[in-house]
Amino acid sequence: MMTEHTVKAFDEDITRLRGLIAEMGGLAEVAIGEAMEALIKGADSVAAQVVARDKQIDALEQEVDRLAIRIIALRAPMADDLREVIAALKIAGIIERIGDYAKNIAKRTGKIEGRARFEPLTLIPAMADIASEMVHDVLTAYAARDPAMAVAVVERDAQVDAFYDSIFRNLVSFMVENPSTITTAAQLLFVARNLERIGDHATNVAEMVYFAATGDYLTDRADRPVT
Amino acid sequence: MLLALAMASVMLFAGVGALWALAVLVVWCYSLWVGGRRVETGAPSPPFTPPRRDPGDAREAIAECIEQISLPLLLMDARRIIAANAGARAALGNHILGQDARISLRHPEAVRLLDLPDGTAVSIAGLSGPGRLWQLTKHRIDPSLWLIELLDRTGEVDMGRAHTDFVANASHELRTPLSAIIGYGETLVDDMGAENMGAEDIGAHYTGTMDAGTRARFLGVILREARRMQSLVADLMSLSQLEAEKHDTPTAPLDLGQVAARVVGEFAGNGPMRVTLERDDKKREPVFVDDPTKRHHAPARGDAPLSVAGDAAQLEQLLRNLIDNALKYADPEAAVTISLSADDRGMAVLSVADQGPGIAPEHIPLLTRRFYRTDPGRSRAAGGTGLGLAIVKHIVERHRGRLDIASQLGVGTTVTVRLPLLVPLPDPAT
Repeated sequence: MMTEHTVKAFDEDITRLRGLIAEMGGLAEVAIGEAMEALIKGADSVAAQVVARDKQIDALEQEVDRLAIRIIALRAPMADDLREVIAALKIAGIIERIGDYAKNIAKRTGKIEGRARFEPLTLIPAMADIASEMVHDVLTAYAARDPAMAVAVVERDAQVDAFYDSIFRNLVSFMVENPSTITTAAQLLFVARNLERIGDHATNVAEMVYFAATGDYLTDRADRPVT
Repeated sequence: MLLALAMASVMLFAGVGALWALAVLVVWCYSLWVGGRRVETGAPSPPFTPPRRDPGDAREAIAECIEQISLPLLLMDARRIIAANAGARAALGNHILGQDARISLRHPEAVRLLDLPDGTAVSIAGLSGPGRLWQLTKHRIDPSLWLIELLDRTGEVDMGRAHTDFVANASHELRTPLSAIIGYGETLVDDMGAENMGAEDIGAHYTGTMDAGTRARFLGVILREARRMQSLVADLMSLSQLEAEKHDTPTAPLDLGQVAARVVGEFAGNGPMRVTLERDDKKREPVFVDDPTKRHHAPARGDAPLSVAGDAAQLEQLLRNLIDNALKYADPEAAVTISLSADDRGMAVLSVADQGPGIAPEHIPLLTRRFYRTDPGRSRAAGGTGLGLAIVKHIVERHRGRLDIASQLGVGTTVTVRLPLLVPLPDPAT
């Protein structure tokens, strides 16, 4: 726990800010889970719900923005308090993007044809599991202010990337063998891409969590070759 | 306090339900605290000032009570989490103590529960990670204190899903050998014209045109496919067994070194020195299991037991599957090395390395999927069911371990399994 401030209202502001981030994160986690469920089962109503709920995430992001600006303006935070506010501001932006990717996955639900017999569809959930686990863990690291947990999330991103490469190749060879399914398979390429981006964004959140907790920057990962 | 515990357990056994027993327990604790305070203020003994009590004491008493209960429980005031027992901390993390509940719970449905009337229960998917299902119930125990009960229902959901997966996979993979068996069987029967004949007539009145060689070949196919089905059924059974016990971590301590020596011993008979086991601790001194004279000459540290909590039969199966794979897909002459060690993070490390052709990187993330084959023709020809690594992965997961597959084309593949050690190894210096 952080030490308390003399001005109690400041603590309340910070708690409220963290609460908003947690709420956004919770919504984003649910969005990823439901978007994948919709995609796999072809549940259009669930997909519609994900799209509708994304507005809440957007609204929360604006609320974080306003509150962060108000805290900076009124309380002039210093040191770890300033890092806390800046990190919250950036994290809110990233979670909003994660929500968008989930929404994008949900929107592709109606475009998958012949779901029951479409074999590549079974490759995606395992990748989604790793990506959403990263999002879950990084939000827990944020709530716990745990830099070690944040580093563990960054390390896991390589797994998502490896999965993406693997699924990419699998889908391409599937398309070569089954040209009639190219439209559907191409949709899945985008889904895999979105999941890969979600993994990257979880990493970005982890970097901010690390920064807020320690004041240091996580060194940049070596750029991996593009598929 | 004892009376409260006794009463709670009696109620539990009487089948009144865990919830009621819990409520009684908490109320007892609370009343004990109130009662205790009255006694102290009623009869103050002059030399000692009675300890000052504040409302925090009641909360501490309740926190102590719930700590002993295996069901995850949270104690909350209007906003913050005041206490969380061991189960709840394991599910949500140690940081939740004293934290704003909205930050700790995060899930929109869970946050919504905080504003719902007392006694409400909600089911929440993904509270402690993707794929986990929890049921949260809110109980009020005081005007400003609430108890949140967390019930893990992941197992129930998994059972349902595992069942559908099983049916989908099994039907496809079993149908292939079955259609071969039926096809060849029909051909043989047609050739004999034997469909409407009694068994004793066939030998005497054989009218078919098929030569003995072809017949033998067809029968060979039938036998091979039937054997394949047999191993497939065996693998499917162990997989669904594993899925059923997924959330039930083994507790019996065993020495991984002994398990490995036993399994390696089974393979040692197959050929000279192909499968070897070594203790890869500080001193690298291989122990050749199929050479009885060297068996007991490992260095002292190499003999230290690698104690893990595990299911012996499953760990044997894990190692057998890995060695099987290494032998099956690698060069028939090349050696397979099994090494055992402990890392500095308190994990036992078991690895199986072959000098085979290696696996292309794009296949590696998908290797543990059921029926995933990098080269379907070759795998089937070698008698693989496509389930070996899926079983390995399930066993590792059940043991709370980690599975890593590293491979380089043309060099070989190393599969590494890490399992949490029960007892850290003695320092090599001592």
